[in-house]
Amino acid sequence: MMNEAQTGSDNQDTVIRLEAVGVRYRIASERVATFKEYMIRRFQGKIALGDFWALRQIDLQINKGEMIGLIGPNGAGKSTLLKLIARVMRPTKGRVWVKGVVAPLLEFGAGFHPDLTGRENIFLNGALLGFTNDEMQEKFDRIVDFAELWEFIDVPVRNYSSGMAARLGFAVATDIDPDILILDEVLSVGDEAFQRKSLARMENFRDRGATIILVSHNMETILEMCHRSVWLDHGQIVMIGESKQVVTSYKDAQGPIDISDGD
Amino acid sequence: MDKAKQIPIYDSARQGSPAVEEMRSVLKYRYLIVQLIRRDILTRYKRSSLGVAWTMLNPLGTMLILTIVFSRAFGGSQEGYAAYVLSGLIAWNFFAQSTNAATLHLVWGGSLLKKIYIPRTSFAVSATGTGLINLLLSLIPLLLVMLIIRVPIRWTIIFMPIPILFLAMFALGIGLLISTMAIYYADIAEMYQIFLTAWMYLSPVIWSPEILPEVYRLWITKLNPMYYLIELFRMPIIYGQVPDINLLLISAGIATITLFAGWMFFTSKSDEFAYRV
Repeated sequence: MMNEAQTGSDNQDTVIRLEAVGVRYRIASERVATFKEYMIRRFQGKIALGDFWALRQIDLQINKGEMIGLIGPNGAGKSTLLKLIARVMRPTKGRVWVKGVVAPLLEFGAGFHPDLTGRENIFLNGALLGFTNDEMQEKFDRIVDFAELWEFIDVPVRNYSSGMAARLGFAVATDIDPDILILDEVLSVGDEAFQRKSLARMENFRDRGATIILVSHNMETILEMCHRSVWLDHGQIVMIGESKQVVTSYKDAQGPIDISDGD
Repeated sequence: MDKAKQIPIYDSARQGSPAVEEMRSVLKYRYLIVQLIRRDILTRYKRSSLGVAWTMLNPLGTMLILTIVFSRAFGGSQEGYAAYVLSGLIAWNFFAQSTNAATLHLVWGGSLLKKIYIPRTSFAVSATGTGLINLLLSLIPLLLVMLIIRVPIRWTIIFMPIPILFLAMFALGIGLLISTMAIYYADIAEMYQIFLTAWMYLSPVIWSPEILPEVYRLWITKLNPMYYLIELFRMPIIYGQVPDINLLLISAGIATITLFAGWMFFTSKSDEFAYRV
């Protein structure tokens, strides 16, 4: 462990390092949802626990300022990988090392309470992201400016259109100076003008030296924004390298019929 | 390294005990707890005309009904039954509401727990905090009722923070235990409702222990943690007594052990929550 820690401090540029990471989900072969059911099956001796490795032997290094794409079919383990980096989950095996403030992008408006006003929700959402009241006070004007919601800021969010709520959520979540930004298919939300605006903000983050991890099923977006890409399948890294090559190989492997599926 | 900004480093291999980590996290996220409490208080009565006054009117109404219906049946000889039952209800409601809310909020917040890191105990802690605010507010009608029915309010009232603290510790501990189980099995929350109802009738909320037949008294009182906590709660305010040292020690023990057990159980499982909710 000491050795590994030292290599980490040697390389100043690494911000994320995964070493032989594995994540195991322990799942009952059939999902037992209720306690009653559990007890009944237990008496019948029918609880069969199955192991399912969502990620296996993942080794990955991501450097500062990189914009890296993450591709692969559904169930490949992409979201699990993001959760590890965002500290939401802990690896079953191996080691996850992350340097810097990680900003996961909530689905727009996740964590909003419909009965609270836009103003109140900004503070609530800010607190969920780990900010203090004072910090949010300082950000408040900028957030409302960006979301263009001054008119409605004291109206309960239940009266917002979904687009307005999305704008507010995005404005709160991205009014930060993160070292690492995680984007899980979020750029596909909102109208075109809003998408352009959020894209511009992403590029702004990148220019300021933030590391960005982008998950997308849209290969155009990946090619456009990411220099390097990781292709995951069945919990393992199939290929890692320049986006162009990875995307080409990925497309070839998919075969001629392109089934674009949402998560 | 020469950067002025302190860069936090997360290393999954170098994590301490989950129980201690969680405590540190909660302290760091105290603003979140405050915001969650604020949200609960604001939204609960947001669309009602009387607003927060319901916190006080609710137990008062129940007390009125119970006093009329039961004052003859249970503890009819007892003076100040209205204050007795109201104080019991306040303590009980605090416990029931806090533990219930802890469970509901964790299930509500489950989708958030999958996406961002927040201390997982935030929901139970804020639920207890919300309960505490409601409890403090409902002490106002209790004091009013005491004035009206001439139950003397003595200086011993300054001891009230002690039973309230123990009650809160106990509620948080149970809330953590129940909400952990509710994550795994959806019907735990329902079962807990039934259990709570039974538990309330087995606790000295609306009846006083003296009316119990000798045979049952031991079982219903001595083995019921809420018996001690409710009695300790009444002592300084209704009975006007300095808390009895034995009662105090037992209650402290119950509160500490329950909170400890709940915290350990919750934090030992909480890394799995993101897989389950």
